[in-house]
Amino acid sequence: MPKDSGIGASSKRREDVRFLTGRGKYTDDINLRGQAYVHFLRSDVAHGRINGIDTGEAAAMPGVVRIFTGADFEGVGGLPCGWQVTDRHGNPMQEPAHPILAQGKVRHVGDPIAAVVADSYAQARDAAEAIVLDIEELPAVIDMKAAVEGGPKVHDDLESNLCYDWGFVEENKDAVNAAFEAAAHVTTLELKNQRLVANPMEPRVAVGDYAPGTGDSTLYTTSQNPHVIRLLMGAFVLGIPEHKLRVVAPDVGGGFGSKIFHYAEEAFCTFAAKAIERPVKWTSSRSEAFMSDAHGRDHVTKIELALDADGMFQAIRTETFANMGAYLSTFAPSVPTWLHGTLMAGNYKTPLIYVNVKAVFTNTVPVDAYRGAGRPEATFQLERVIDKAAREMGIDPVELRRKNFITEFPYATPVAVEYDTGDYNATLDKALEVADVSGFEARRAASAAKGKWRGLGLNCYIEACGIAPSALVGQLGARAGLYESATVRVNATGGLVVMTGSHSHGQGHETAFPQVIAEMIGIDESMIEIVHGDTANSPMGMGTYGSRSLAVGGSAMVRATEKIINKAKKIAAHLLEASDADIELKDGQFSVAGTDKSVAWGDVTLAAYVPHNYPLEDLEPGLEETAFYDPSNFTYPAGTYICEVEVDPDTGKVSIERFTAADDFGNVVNPMIVEGQVHGGLAQGIGQALLESCVYDANGQILSASYMDYAMPRADDVPYYSVDHSCQTPCTHNPLGVKGCGEAGAIGSPPAVVNAVVDALQRNGKDVTHIDMPLSPARVWAAMNG
Amino acid sequence: MTQTQTISLTINGEAVTATVPVRSNLVDFLRNDLGLTGSHVGCEHGVCGACTLEVDGAMIRGCLMLAVQADGATVTTVEGLADSPRGQALRDAFHRRNALQCGYCTPGMLASALEYVEAGRPADRAAIREHISGNYCRCTGYQAVVDAICDLIGQGAKA
Repeated sequence: MPKDSGIGASSKRREDVRFLTGRGKYTDDINLRGQAYVHFLRSDVAHGRINGIDTGEAAAMPGVVRIFTGADFEGVGGLPCGWQVTDRHGNPMQEPAHPILAQGKVRHVGDPIAAVVADSYAQARDAAEAIVLDIEELPAVIDMKAAVEGGPKVHDDLESNLCYDWGFVEENKDAVNAAFEAAAHVTTLELKNQRLVANPMEPRVAVGDYAPGTGDSTLYTTSQNPHVIRLLMGAFVLGIPEHKLRVVAPDVGGGFGSKIFHYAEEAFCTFAAKAIERPVKWTSSRSEAFMSDAHGRDHVTKIELALDADGMFQAIRTETFANMGAYLSTFAPSVPTWLHGTLMAGNYKTPLIYVNVKAVFTNTVPVDAYRGAGRPEATFQLERVIDKAAREMGIDPVELRRKNFITEFPYATPVAVEYDTGDYNATLDKALEVADVSGFEARRAASAAKGKWRGLGLNCYIEACGIAPSALVGQLGARAGLYESATVRVNATGGLVVMTGSHSHGQGHETAFPQVIAEMIGIDESMIEIVHGDTANSPMGMGTYGSRSLAVGGSAMVRATEKIINKAKKIAAHLLEASDADIELKDGQFSVAGTDKSVAWGDVTLAAYVPHNYPLEDLEPGLEETAFYDPSNFTYPAGTYICEVEVDPDTGKVSIERFTAADDFGNVVNPMIVEGQVHGGLAQGIGQALLESCVYDANGQILSASYMDYAMPRADDVPYYSVDHSCQTPCTHNPLGVKGCGEAGAIGSPPAVVNAVVDALQRNGKDVTHIDMPLSPARVWAAMNG
Repeated sequence: MTQTQTISLTINGEAVTATVPVRSNLVDFLRNDLGLTGSHVGCEHGVCGACTLEVDGAMIRGCLMLAVQADGATVTTVEGLADSPRGQALRDAFHRRNALQCGYCTPGMLASALEYVEAGRPADRAAIREHISGNYCRCTGYQAVVDAICDLIGQGAKA
């Protein structure tokens, strides 16, 4: 019987009410009295030397308040990078300066050169057109291998375009090489994980405000982590201490990683608002978003898998080129390293692994985390090479995976992480059942009868979520802790407000978090309100990404609520004239064990704030507690996805006919929300597999900078998803036993789709072992026709 | 420089007269001049559907219509729908079936869904997908939106 409230209930989302009636409050809905508008003049060349910027005519145009250029930011900090990777030789990565507005050179199409602040957007845009730029175009470097083989340098002051050459685990390298020498079979695959653009439907917006009377600055911004922006921008860019800087991220229209990072436009609006003593607003256009939001993926990889004669995995060796773009975005260096190399074991007990990653600067938009961030890249290459090995060795791909599964936990991989729990056979079996794999042959024959080639693809994935143990990531180069916080404020009449550093931009936190606390206390969910997105009213927190909000932020709420309950029990003991140890809390009633004496939650909370009959000598009045939760490990969601496609042999068009996802997310708080998260992730992963690609030409012009050119999945591009999360091995190290579900769909689906298409082609006699994504009809047709 | 024109129209049942730059599009006029921020701007070139709203009974892209073209028109936005019984059953269905996450595409998605439902069309999942294919949603993967529309029409058939 499904629950109708608390943990495990599909409580309907309270957020929906405002979003369905046009009453959401997004950043672009904020308009401050007297605000000015900024338009950024951006580079239209990928690489060039700025010889002059003539703003004279533009500055005299109607409505123009002030025009800023890089010269206005001399002595102001650049955008900081939040993660320092150490290379194979023990040296720190190369870390270029990242100015707010270009200084001396432009390094990618979209690099901001000047900022026109005017009374209206239209005036700012008109004036920007009147700025005369003298830019000497320089040869650009777009291809990563060319960039590290003597191509033009993106940054003149760096030694080369190589950000770092990372080896993991470097000490394993010789043993891995020896295992390859001794292997009965080696499967090799070269592939690309193409560049993507996150494309939340809400473009980025920033509104800077400054109060001359107090010296306080406020930034309203489309961010997944307002506290991180406050820290980075305040401490590293503008030199504003946190107590004089407030960052507000109200309703945010999707993020998918792209709104984690601190962007130049945020710092600019905050800076300019103080300079002109007027609020300054920027709203990105969609084409600006394509040129200025951090992109995702963009890896070129060679992976090798060594197997013994029975198909047992002996070793994995990879070499990846990872595109950083022209500058280091906030967490860019961590994505191809610690979020990718550490996942190369997948679900398998491969004893030896060596991962080499060369991170490269090119004249392109910076690349950073996008839904999954490193884990999709790891999963894709691993699950593709396993499929290829299965064909080469004549082993059923299901059996090859199954015989190599990790089955005992905890399991320490050779790539530094320890999986606490899991049951990969369970999710595999469940997926095979839900996907009705036993009926595939009949469906294949039916497809063949109408001239279509049917294929079936499988993918098993694991990911690391619940980011992350602070001490561990500190050792790995993170320049931040990755705990989460919660303050639980109980009001006199018993309602609660929970202030959290987690940020909701579609995940339904305002609904799911109260379910947890309501269950703990035994009160109605409607008595609990979640407050987030404003540094002025929530404790320092690290925000939402890496499927961490429930595992880390939820755990902080549990800890704070436990403190609340402990104190409330003492108050109840006083009211009931009993010992603390004898007080039990159930269904919102405190009772003395073994008696019929009880006092209600509301009576205890009232006593805390009207302490007439209260143990004042032992206990402070009030009922408010804060907890910071720092996880002791990552969480490891895992599962199996199965895709069935039909390929049209005449056109190469791929149609996904069935898609099954069997996930193990540990305990589930709100199944409805979890399913929605999986659906959305699947659509993005299927989008990557079939449709999406960010394309540059050889000169660094971005050819896919509008929705006419970048193919996002539409409702009729995606299939019906059969999802199952009944396999649940609860996380062993957080109090909720939860693992995180936000990224799984995007991680697990691309290899399943590509495996299915390759399967369809192979079954029809085509010797095709790989096709790079997106699997457009043209690419599939070309692969089929040699 | 900036030419303006005075227009009169009915928005959510209220008569409005305003002087607008002739280059201003309808959704910017609604959002910035009238504070009707329920309609959202996602791409400004008519592809994403976030700004879909009703003009004289037709669902149109608010970013592809100039405000001056709406002179004399009757316009209904998500705010106008919310204040009327019209669309209530659809909003309930979206809520019941979890057909929204971040909410940004939702006003436009509701408009397109309402067009389908009010046309009396069937609970045919493929037809619904085709009909809402002009509205991008990056969060839901669309399945729950189709579920909601099917649910409302009264048949929950999978396809």
